[in-house]
Amino acid sequence: MINRLKDGLKKSREGFLGQFTGLFRGSLLDEDFWESMEEILIQADVGICATTKISNELRGLAKKLNIKDPEELKELFKKEIVKLLTINNDNLVDGGYLNLLLFVGVNGVGKTTTIAKMAHKFINSGEKVIFAAADTFRAAAIEQLQEWGSRLGVDVIKHQRGGDPAAVVFDAINAANTRKADIILVDTAGRLHTNVNLMEELKKIKRVAKNELSKGLVKTVLVMDATTGQNGILQAKLFNEALNLDAIILTKLDGTAKGGIVIAIEEELKIPIWFVGVGEKPDDLQNFDPQVFVEALFE
Amino acid sequence: MFESLSTKLQNIFSKLKTYGRLNEKQVEEVLREIKLALLEADVNFKVVKSFIAKVKERAVGVEVMKSLTPAQQIIKIVNEELIDLMGGAPGKITFAPKSPTIYMLVGLQGSGKTTSAAKLANYLKTMGKKPFLIAADIYRPAAIDQLESLGKELSVSVYSDRKSNKCEEIVRSGIKQGIAKGSDTIIIDTAGRLHIDDEMMDELENVKRAVRPHQILLVVDAMTGQDAVNIAVSFRDKLDFDGLILTKLDGDARGGAALSIRAVTGKSIKLVSLSEKIDSLQIFYPERMASRILGMGDVLTLIEKAEATINKEEAASLMERIQKQEFTLNDFLAQMQQIKSMGSFDQVLGMLPKLPGSSKNAFSGVDEERIKRVEAIIKSMTQEERKDPKTMNGNRRLRVAKGSGTTTSEVNRLLKQFSETKKMMKQFSNLGSRAKISRKISPFFNF
Repeated sequence: MINRLKDGLKKSREGFLGQFTGLFRGSLLDEDFWESMEEILIQADVGICATTKISNELRGLAKKLNIKDPEELKELFKKEIVKLLTINNDNLVDGGYLNLLLFVGVNGVGKTTTIAKMAHKFINSGEKVIFAAADTFRAAAIEQLQEWGSRLGVDVIKHQRGGDPAAVVFDAINAANTRKADIILVDTAGRLHTNVNLMEELKKIKRVAKNELSKGLVKTVLVMDATTGQNGILQAKLFNEALNLDAIILTKLDGTAKGGIVIAIEEELKIPIWFVGVGEKPDDLQNFDPQVFVEALFE
Repeated sequence: MFESLSTKLQNIFSKLKTYGRLNEKQVEEVLREIKLALLEADVNFKVVKSFIAKVKERAVGVEVMKSLTPAQQIIKIVNEELIDLMGGAPGKITFAPKSPTIYMLVGLQGSGKTTSAAKLANYLKTMGKKPFLIAADIYRPAAIDQLESLGKELSVSVYSDRKSNKCEEIVRSGIKQGIAKGSDTIIIDTAGRLHIDDEMMDELENVKRAVRPHQILLVVDAMTGQDAVNIAVSFRDKLDFDGLILTKLDGDARGGAALSIRAVTGKSIKLVSLSEKIDSLQIFYPERMASRILGMGDVLTLIEKAEATINKEEAASLMERIQKQEFTLNDFLAQMQQIKSMGSFDQVLGMLPKLPGSSKNAFSGVDEERIKRVEAIIKSMTQEERKDPKTMNGNRRLRVAKGSGTTTSEVNRLLKQFSETKKMMKQFSNLGSRAKISRKISPFFNF
């Protein structure tokens, strides 16, 4: 992953990274230093709230520990962000039982592609996967999942376009029980978090799943695009309010976007980040490693 | 989260009672807030910097107009500069001098190209054109199916070639077929790609060279953050695109990316997409976007609409009843019907500014469905009950709930909200300021 991320980040070195490296190589820890540090974080989509908070904490820490060396401060800086991003993401799937993962998010973040990548991962570790095509809204969403299903050898449970997504999930659970599957991956239609009715629809899907499976085995995963700006905080908040998110997957980290929005999200919500998407192929999904994420930022 | 910009500015200026020229320190303080608001709206950092410098130049020493407060004066300047930066005039879709006009949609994965292609086809159709779609996304599974399915819904022909893996070839044959079918406008849907993927960017360049589209439109997600600038610059350098389509504006993203892209590339925003519905593509209006980026809501449009719909005499008589403390649930009902007549509920909602400190406006969580239920409740009450809700005892509440197909707790909630609104109105009229009330479009906005 490091190499892939490095590759991606190389392209923007003159921008964000160049500034950062240059910054830490400087020797004076004056107000300009802090200000430009804040600017850099903001340019990575960390946002004003989280940036101000991190910056203030570091100012305090630098003073307390009497750190004057920028290199040393850089390490401290990394440590702070790593700490913020380190949230236990084990045990999201319970071995030996039928698990259901509900993938949600706004339109176009890469839910279906992520589901395909997740399936690839589970299949490789010997699990039997079933897809539930619960995006019954978008044209050809079912076909898209079916295409992945046939490429990966995964059964797809589907209804007609326009059908009730909760009913699809209900059927998928029955099918998974009969076929002795280990994991159901549920693809839902992209929806804006501000659409009350569509959020209710998701709640219903989750209710149905929880009725059929024991509660702990139903997990909700928010898929988020790394290019997302400050709206990402509202997305995470509202999806979390409606569904109690268990994990976040950050997609499209192979571009020039830094995905700094997750720092802002974690500052507030503390939802574990599970994987990051770094390409379009099934194996372009990596475990989220805060250390690697932060190293790649500061590289 | 941040308070809305106007509230913040009002707070700064509440200390300043003096009018006259704005001094540098005042301007500085105000500009700081504006800077934060722009950054919160995802306007690119560098764009914000140069923008603020420009506003500062204009604002220092400016005489505050009598009709405005200093805060309003600065907002006015900021607003004007924002509108100017976004091109001033509304977006426009242009046509080639010689038919057919070819539009090519490009952008990152998931920005909404395929949906936009269909929406554009629909938009052209309503203009009396005969559009034709070409499915040139040969990579994403079922992308062709998606366009074909949308084309069917719109009764617009779609060209595809599932056997070919040469984008150029597909587009060339597609255009031939489009012309043969007598189409005057042809829309090419291309695959989503990263701006740093050289091979994929070359593919677009080749298509461009092969068919020389009249317009290349970059499709951008309104939720995009600071990276929007990098994306747009890469696409411009490679393709020199002609304009933008901004998608997913129906959410609560402020859409600062639009401003950044315009500022950095000089390319104008042509169209915006306001919902998932196929007819939701609209002309881009810089004034509306400016208010949205500043977090002030599209109040101008709302006021326009309200003025056009609200009957002045009715409003005056309502005002009188409010001041005499005589307004009833019937007035409440009439108010709701007026709001409804201003347009689809979602549209009206989208135009309202957010409440300070939240992502919500006064209406969040209220949907058309709930309005309908409130209407049903009021209509299930007798005229006496509507005039004097105090007569609503337990039995009556139960009857109304049954009659309206709702629950007693909903009835209770409505009555409680009504009495609270009444209290609020009493405070307003105690202030004795007609102006203060009439500035609000509806006294019942807070129910």
